[in-house]
Amino acid sequence: MSQSITHAVRATEERPAARIMLTALTIVLLLLLLLLPLAAVFAEALSRGLTGVMAALGEPDALAAIELTLIVAAVSVPLNTVCGLASAWCIGRFGFPGRSLLITLIELPFSVSPVISGLVWVLLFGANGWFGPMLERAGVRIIFAIPGLILATTFVTFPFVARTLIPLMQEQGAAEEEAALTLGASGWQTFWRVTLPNIRWGLLYGVLLCNARAMGEFGAVAVVSGHVRGQTMTMPLQVEALFNDYDWVGAFTIAGLLSLLALLTLAVKVAVEWRIGRRGGPLL
Amino acid sequence: MADRASRRAAAVNVELRDVRKSFDGVAALDGVSLSVAPGEFLALLGPSGSGKTTLLRVLAGLEFVDSGDIVVGGRNMDGVPARERGVGFVFQHYALFRHMTVARNVAFGLQVRPRRQRPPQREIHARVQSLLDLMGIGDLADRHPEQVSGGQRQRVALARALAIEPGLLLLDEPFGALDAKVRKSLRIWLRDLHDRMGLTSIFVTHDQAEAMEMADRVAVLRGGRIEQVDVPDRLYAEPASAFVHEFLGESIRLDCVVAHGRAHVDGLADCALPTDCPPGPAIALIRPHEIGLLPGSGPARVERVHAVGPMRRLRIALAGQVLEVLRPADAWIPVAGQTCGIDLSRARIYTSSTRDARLGLRVSSSS
Repeated sequence: MSQSITHAVRATEERPAARIMLTALTIVLLLLLLLLPLAAVFAEALSRGLTGVMAALGEPDALAAIELTLIVAAVSVPLNTVCGLASAWCIGRFGFPGRSLLITLIELPFSVSPVISGLVWVLLFGANGWFGPMLERAGVRIIFAIPGLILATTFVTFPFVARTLIPLMQEQGAAEEEAALTLGASGWQTFWRVTLPNIRWGLLYGVLLCNARAMGEFGAVAVVSGHVRGQTMTMPLQVEALFNDYDWVGAFTIAGLLSLLALLTLAVKVAVEWRIGRRGGPLL
Repeated sequence: MADRASRRAAAVNVELRDVRKSFDGVAALDGVSLSVAPGEFLALLGPSGSGKTTLLRVLAGLEFVDSGDIVVGGRNMDGVPARERGVGFVFQHYALFRHMTVARNVAFGLQVRPRRQRPPQREIHARVQSLLDLMGIGDLADRHPEQVSGGQRQRVALARALAIEPGLLLLDEPFGALDAKVRKSLRIWLRDLHDRMGLTSIFVTHDQAEAMEMADRVAVLRGGRIEQVDVPDRLYAEPASAFVHEFLGESIRLDCVVAHGRAHVDGLADCALPTDCPPGPAIALIRPHEIGLLPGSGPARVERVHAVGPMRRLRIALAGQVLEVLRPADAWIPVAGQTCGIDLSRARIYTSSTRDARLGLRVSSSS
């Protein structure tokens, strides 16, 4: 044992040059692959100055895309938060038949290609889909409309909250909740005063990831959107459309907005992780 | 202030009648009947998997029984949820609310009461502080659970359970997570607290010394059944089964055969012990200090004498087996290599019933 350890230590100590080389290579790759594109987005958006950016943002289609993205996220994120919380609670607290199947099902949206995640909704609710004619008679439009966008987004982003909470709740166990019950707390009191405070950072983390994906989702949304400008275009779709029109400033301005959202998410995520780590709690 | 916290709650009696509970077809409680008097301090003792924690959890309402009755303070607990039972529970790892201060942990049971039954904030605060003072941790009120030691956490857990003024206090392995030194001092403290609060307490332990030292009575559990319930003295002196004998202290085991009301120990021709056991194979159990050594020639050969402390510890070869024998320093002690006679008259004879054979008697001499 001790021999292999000293050997391993010597192996890294013998070649400091290799270590520096590898570190440098990583940093260069990082700059090239991650930071350069990000910088390019902002540089391109600002290529005609702030006035160009303001003009691009003032476009009615751009404003509509931003609004639609916010609406879709505002519905699908709370929906997934509640569903994710409920399923994580079931899985983390109880053993029941089909429990492992449920865990697998929760992960399904991650393993399915986003395009397929969009196509299934077209298959179900599209004009030639299973329920399409019925819905059409009832005058309800799902595909190529906001409900379709929300459905596709919710499906794709479903796992984030549940997946962050399941290991956390499993590790924390039910003892504190049981203690609350023996002390006379009701189910709701236990949830608000004990369960929720214990998982709040994990929950916030999951919601952040869910939100970032909900706003940035392209594939599934592209299938159900129908690309009606000013009506069914979310921000990522708008970026593509403007880019195809050679409206580079417009495309990169909205891309820049999405990138800012990503950076913000990252910053809050780091803060949350730091917070969880500092409290000595599990790091998810 | 302290009198407010130590105000005597009405101790309740507990009655269990043929309680059964199984998990996935495996019986955790296999027909347990037990009655606990008001103010009694009862220990549930048994190896892991004997059902003692399950018994505690069905009493608290954290598990529901499959059949049988649980009556606490004259009230049948059938279908009564945990939060309506008013039973104090101290969890093995304390289960303190990690995001709350010590004071808020203790106040929890009062804060969650419906508005009409909730005492005014000022009174809650005063009661929490006096409970913490009673536990000797009055200066920790504003700390978080992670900022206090294991022993202190246990006191917080106790204060929290006592804040709702339960008539019955349940403790799951109360000293399991503590080191030996803290454990010893907390035992005396907890017993003292129980007497002062006038509670009925039931605690679970797998440590026989702990049970024997603290409890008024000890219930020995095994395989979801109660083997014996008795005061510690009698439990030690008159174990009802071989399992209890071996679980409650060092035991030496000798195979024997019962015939004509006498047990003949294998390999010892002239050792016949009177017994009521039915004829057939049996075992003789005896504690090391109950074995007598007689001067003169005999079947025992002394291999080694260990002279430390008030007792002499001897290794004796007898009938192909090596035994440990304890003798007081002032008694006659043979020297190593010597042979001598042996007195096994204090041995207890048990037939190895089918139940014993099935569960195996591997638990022995836990000192």
